[in-house]
Amino acid sequence: MSKIHVTTKVNGDEVEYLCEPRETLLDCLRDHLDLTGAKEGCGTGDCGACSVTMDGRLVCSCLVLGAEAQGKEIATIEGMAEDGALHPLQRKFIEHAALQCGICTPGILVAAKSLLEKNPDPTETEMRYWLAGNLCRCTGYDKIIRAVMDAAAEMREAS
Amino acid sequence: MALDGPKQDFKYIGTRPDRPDGWDKVTGKARFGADFSMPGMLHGAILRSPHAHAKIIKIDATKALALKGVKAVVTRADFPEGLEGEDWNIQENVMAGEKALYDGHAVAAVAATSQLIARDALKLIEVEYEVLPHVTDVDKAMAEDAPVIREGAADYSVPEGMHPNVVRYMESGRGDLEKGFAEADLVIEESFTTEAAHQGYIEPHACVANLGADGKGDLWCCTQGHWFVRQMCTAVLGLEATQLRVTPSEIGGGFGGKTTVFIDPVALALSRKAGRPVKLVMSRSEVLRATGPTASASMDIKMGMTKEGKITAASGTFRMQGGAFPGAPVDVTTMLAFANYDIEHVHHVGYDVMTNRPKQAAYRAPGAPMGAFATESVLDELCRGLGLDPIETRLKNAVKEGTPATFGPKFPPVGLIETLEEARAHPNYSVKLGPNQGRGVASGYWMNWGGETSASVAIGDDGSVQVSIGTVDIGGSRASMALMAAEAFGIPYENVRVSIADTGSLGINEPTHGSRATFASGLAIIEASREATRKLCQRAADKWGIDADAVTWEDGCAKPSGPNAGEFDPLTIAEIAAEMGSTGGPISGHHESTPDGFGGSFGTHVVDVEVDPETGRTTILRYLVVQDAGKAIHPAYVEGQFQGGAVQGIGWTLNEEYIYGEDGRLQNPIFLDYRVPVASDLPMIDTVIVEVPNPGHPYGVRGVGETGITPPLPAIANAVRDAIGVRMKKLPLTPPRVLAAIKARD
Amino acid sequence: MVQVHLWSGLRPLVDGREVVEVEGETVGQLLDNLVKDYPGLKPAIDKGVSISVDGQIIPKSRGVKVKDSSEVFLLQRLYAG
Repeated sequence: MSKIHVTTKVNGDEVEYLCEPRETLLDCLRDHLDLTGAKEGCGTGDCGACSVTMDGRLVCSCLVLGAEAQGKEIATIEGMAEDGALHPLQRKFIEHAALQCGICTPGILVAAKSLLEKNPDPTETEMRYWLAGNLCRCTGYDKIIRAVMDAAAEMREAS
Repeated sequence: MALDGPKQDFKYIGTRPDRPDGWDKVTGKARFGADFSMPGMLHGAILRSPHAHAKIIKIDATKALALKGVKAVVTRADFPEGLEGEDWNIQENVMAGEKALYDGHAVAAVAATSQLIARDALKLIEVEYEVLPHVTDVDKAMAEDAPVIREGAADYSVPEGMHPNVVRYMESGRGDLEKGFAEADLVIEESFTTEAAHQGYIEPHACVANLGADGKGDLWCCTQGHWFVRQMCTAVLGLEATQLRVTPSEIGGGFGGKTTVFIDPVALALSRKAGRPVKLVMSRSEVLRATGPTASASMDIKMGMTKEGKITAASGTFRMQGGAFPGAPVDVTTMLAFANYDIEHVHHVGYDVMTNRPKQAAYRAPGAPMGAFATESVLDELCRGLGLDPIETRLKNAVKEGTPATFGPKFPPVGLIETLEEARAHPNYSVKLGPNQGRGVASGYWMNWGGETSASVAIGDDGSVQVSIGTVDIGGSRASMALMAAEAFGIPYENVRVSIADTGSLGINEPTHGSRATFASGLAIIEASREATRKLCQRAADKWGIDADAVTWEDGCAKPSGPNAGEFDPLTIAEIAAEMGSTGGPISGHHESTPDGFGGSFGTHVVDVEVDPETGRTTILRYLVVQDAGKAIHPAYVEGQFQGGAVQGIGWTLNEEYIYGEDGRLQNPIFLDYRVPVASDLPMIDTVIVEVPNPGHPYGVRGVGETGITPPLPAIANAVRDAIGVRMKKLPLTPPRVLAAIKARD
Repeated sequence: MVQVHLWSGLRPLVDGREVVEVEGETVGQLLDNLVKDYPGLKPAIDKGVSISVDGQIIPKSRGVKVKDSSEVFLLQRLYAG
């Protein structure tokens, strides 16, 4: 089977890979680009552990084909901390103990960042609905929501 | 095991520092099970039975092996014969022998140069089945005409005349039931069922195996207990234990479900056959069809109470299925069903029953939530019938130190009364409820665990401390371990590094299970640190030329113990460490034990719900967890355990269930249909930490991981009863079931 | 002699007795003597039991000391979760 040559941008870097037509973007990130921060929790778009953004839009990378990334800009958890400094969301997640096992954390951080870019001052309910596609089995979400609210407040103050 | 009573004044314990692995976990660097790779690695895939019960007539892999890129196929024929007991059960579960015993049971596996080729190859393996009658329901599996899962699986305890699917039978209790019920002003008898729920960890099982024909191997995997994995894999494959080194990855949740093996022996068998490393990663539907879940239960409860609220007698019959193997946790159900209360006349009967379902695995407080659902529901009905307050009534019957438990022995110090008092005093308990709203209360218990434990500490040349433990960090426990080491050494938290050692680097450790990690590894760290500080004191004594008994360790320094010892400036850990090489060599401390002083943890939950009369949907309005932690080492992660346990309980109560079709196949093996709670389903989860110190731990710790999943099932059912006026006796309380109950009421 | 309380499922194996008396200074000695003096209990003890001594549950430590006055219960084999 012939493979597809894909050129795309990931976290600002231009990258290329060869993929099978049926490989997902998640497979390509993890297996071809060694970016294992995005996780496969379900493969059916139900858990959000594979969340990344594509041209600024939040997607489940398990539901995007690797070939679809051609010419796009992808952002993953690996690009969230800049110049060695954690993003406020990342800092607040540690501070609030908003993770236990941490497997869902990359996806939730990517999704939460995407929310705050669209809406810097979401209500708790808006946050809960935005993150409803990101499953966490450990925390019961309480500390996650508190961390996102605290990060949002800090980011509003800074801007 | 504590040298003296639990310590009470702390410098670091009880603070909330950032977890040491926080940075890795929020940047995507942390390596979980599926994040490992090796040079030359192949990818595996497992073929699973589409039938609930079928004889395997023939497996033909010729076409699969002919596919380009396929390097090996294994079936049961590649595993040794002659295993017995649980070793055989595990082998049979990871690869079917003569029969496929449930939908999803592994029948063959492939290793190939890519994941896609491996999956393609599965379709080319031809399996001839003879489909057999099946049974997936616990009550039906006990009926006379039920298909037999396996003859001869019952143990000594099963009386003659029972169906061969009943594999264990238990009876326990005391007193005179008839007398007890005669003393009651109200007796209520009801039957209840709960469905199987899955642990639902977000990370599917994953491993990389490298096993040579010489019997030496390495395995990287996500597990709660790598020594358990080593024991099980070597038993199933006929290897010598220490020839297999198991290294745990970061673990993406387990909740009991990762204390056993499903794919690891298969990956090792593939690797041995192909002569190359093999990676195996489960899909979500494989996880739901073939791992976990917990048992389902069918229960009959009878309880009597005086009009003053004293429980006079209680009896329960508990029937539980744990899939196609013995092991449903009904023994624990019988032990703990009434354990919250001081009851003179009490009786329990339990049946462990096999069905054509996956082999059950431990799930957070295994066996306790089902029993609590039934017994705490009946207790609620008694309170209602007699017009009594549910918390006051529980206080009237609550066990305390010295109360003979319903399972026999007298309780050591426990904190049930304290949790009830805190719950009663909490503002949530007096919020006024609106229409269609209801409030429920329930308590629960887990006795916790010690388990084989080995830990070491080693002093770095700058005086920092390396801690090595064998219990994987599943919920932030590195932070608690570092806090305990910091406390024991009297050095800053930041100067401690905690690593999870592989099976080649420490003695045997039981898994992170039984709510034991903070208790047992913590105890081992404290004792190992005390051993190391004794050695540090010896070095100071040598330097000062005084007796080691005249040196004490305080705030990270060796000091003369009093004016008689001589006048010397304190030596810091860094100063002693800098000279280690020339004063006797490296300094470390070890501790190995099976600590027995684990103390159980009681919890009380209060929940308010609103039930939509149009749809039957239940919304959680507010939720309170009060639980005894003995001593909270890192309170934020203790709260996290309370909240997480409560929310798993909410899922089990409202949504989660294994749904089997007439064909015996699981109908909801994806997260869309097996619906775990999401953020928008929930309010904040309020917590109160009660601290009744455990005398069996140097700092008073009680495990807190499991108790929290026990009260939610009855607490929510009691709240729904309060809201709609109907007692729901079958879980989960899905909207259609609740709606039907509302309609039947009207 | 130490009084050992049995769970009711075991009682048919020892002619209906709720409590049996055996010699022993440790948990291990108690278990060995239970099998010796009451062979009916052998299948249950071989399968695995837990024991409680003065309120503390002992899943498997045979070396725990027992006194004649200790409160001792045989319990079904316990496991972690």
